[in-house]
Amino acid sequence: MSDMLSAAFVTVFIATVIAQAMPLMLAAVGETLGEQAGVLNLGIEGVMLVGAYTGFVVTLTTGSFWIGMLGGAIGGVAANLAMLILNVWLGLNQIVIGLAITLIGEGITSVLYLQNYTKSPASLGQQPKLTLPGLSDIPVIGQALFQQSGIFWICILLTLGLAFALARTNWGLSTRSAGQKPSSLDAAGGSVMRTRSMAVLLSGALAGLGGAYLSLLTTATFSPFLTNGLGFIAIVITMLSRGRILVVMITSLVYGLAVAVGPALQVVGFTVPADIIKMLPFIIVIVMLIVFARSSVVPPALGAPYTRGAR
Amino acid sequence: MKPTGSAPRLAQGLVRSVVPVLLALLVSGLIMLAIGAHPLDFFAGVWKYGITGSNWQRSLSLMSPLLIVAIGLIVAFRGQLWNLGYNGQYLLGAVVASGLGPMLFAVMPAFLATIIVFIVAILAGAVWSLIPALLKARYGTNEIITSLVMSFIAVGVVNLLIKGVFKDPGTSTPQTTVIPDTDLLPYIPGTEIHIGFVLAIVLAIVAQYVLSRTSFGLRVDIFGASPKAARHMGLNSTWMVILLFALSSGLIAFAGSIDILGQFSYQRADWDPRYGDAVMPLVFLARFRPVAAIPFVAFYAVLATGGTLASQQAGLNVDFLLVIVGLILLFMTVTEYIGERRRLGQSYLPPGLRRSLPVPLRAESERTPV
Repeated sequence: MSDMLSAAFVTVFIATVIAQAMPLMLAAVGETLGEQAGVLNLGIEGVMLVGAYTGFVVTLTTGSFWIGMLGGAIGGVAANLAMLILNVWLGLNQIVIGLAITLIGEGITSVLYLQNYTKSPASLGQQPKLTLPGLSDIPVIGQALFQQSGIFWICILLTLGLAFALARTNWGLSTRSAGQKPSSLDAAGGSVMRTRSMAVLLSGALAGLGGAYLSLLTTATFSPFLTNGLGFIAIVITMLSRGRILVVMITSLVYGLAVAVGPALQVVGFTVPADIIKMLPFIIVIVMLIVFARSSVVPPALGAPYTRGAR
Repeated sequence: MKPTGSAPRLAQGLVRSVVPVLLALLVSGLIMLAIGAHPLDFFAGVWKYGITGSNWQRSLSLMSPLLIVAIGLIVAFRGQLWNLGYNGQYLLGAVVASGLGPMLFAVMPAFLATIIVFIVAILAGAVWSLIPALLKARYGTNEIITSLVMSFIAVGVVNLLIKGVFKDPGTSTPQTTVIPDTDLLPYIPGTEIHIGFVLAIVLAIVAQYVLSRTSFGLRVDIFGASPKAARHMGLNSTWMVILLFALSSGLIAFAGSIDILGQFSYQRADWDPRYGDAVMPLVFLARFRPVAAIPFVAFYAVLATGGTLASQQAGLNVDFLLVIVGLILLFMTVTEYIGERRRLGQSYLPPGLRRSLPVPLRAESERTPV
């Protein structure tokens, strides 16, 4: 018991929770923006992988994690362009396009990674170094919280900013109306296409950021199929949070806790099979879905392409 | 504008189904060039290792699980239920065969054991689909997500089983006991294709008949086109969701057990062929018709059989097949769009399915006052 509560252990535990929660949070915030605007992106798994891979490659070549994160965001936007053009503009089936993006994202990142980085593993060696410009390392147990990289804080600020913008600004209102009743947005003089396009691009950038956070900060390396279903968990969290970004943040933390418990138990001496650790988040998600089944609500116009004047 | 004769309609359907595949192959070739691989080597390899010599027999053997997965997906998709938990359902069926199989074969005649394995596999798949089905039926929870999450859990359960109770004590690697050749499904005389192939073809024909020529098939289509209309007709939508999910998931699990008993004879931990991912676009191209799925599945079986070796030769990874499949999906929607524009013929999907997202059953009745 004394082992469990030692300061170092708690520090590591909290750091793990945050490291696991952040990629999911960013992706789920992105998915929330898209869904609120009426676009369900099932391709988020692929978008995250593309972001993770581009972030990894850019960091490897430039040596800067900041530029790497930016690269991840750009990669995410690029991957989501297919959704923008085919679904928002042409009004094609979201499910099919989303799955196509996931499959292509999984396939191409795996092929490229295995082609470029397995033959020369030397280049991998320099990657896992993490620079942590400590913002404040004064608190005792809060070391875990306040010795994060600046990227962590930027991501938190970005999320809080989006939470405010979605709930309180004109932009947020038009985004939500594009998902609730696009025709009313149209009637009020707004452009459904522009609003949705903006939301989809932002959503891609955030999912890409989430992927890059995963490969750069959480695992500090890329591997094929790195996300392992994280994108789909992000969709579940989005459904359960009903468009409230603060709820997304809290649910992501719960997920982080669930993932961190496995390794923590191992430190204490319980050996938990790796398969159970992998399964745990999904079990928690399905339990959450069963318990909160009534409250998983999506916007009415979700998935419906908007055609002006069509009934 | 609608063509009346069956011959031109067939021709147009063929064009609109084949064009996406050709475009996807073309673009995947360009992608290969872009990343420094050799597309010609790849496609030549696919031909060589997928068809020539006795390789066509391997392709046909692969067809049997693929085709049964396709039928399973068609059953659910026709009812507008997006069962995407296929990977887990498939592995569950496979582990029943590879884990329970050796125990049963040891104590009873192979024929009886095979039948029991099939039944247990189908039941395992059906039971696994209950949670997504119930959540969908009761609360309108999006079944895409729930079935996917259940699939990830199934993959974990299967790995635990293979590393635990079903592990072959004779080897150090986590895998199940190898089933002796004499107990596996017999070959079609004169070939090395197991009878699972015949089973799959028969199943496709039966499914085609049931879905297009019986009242049950009509009910599924009505339910898929509009759950509200189905309710007015007196269909019990809760049962429909549960039944379709159980059928779909059971069939996919059945495919897994056939693959083990027909081809692999044992199962390793972390093995996941992800057949469903590849089959899904084919099912759309076949417009949810089981018999029409046969040629598409045959095409993919050759691509996958030859592609495994061919991709290595072309300097690629097998995961490139995922890219090809994804491109087929993309070009399918684009071809569909252009076809719709030019009214070249019927859509891939019945009208009710063209609305892209399944509307939650319960929520719909609450939200849209009639």
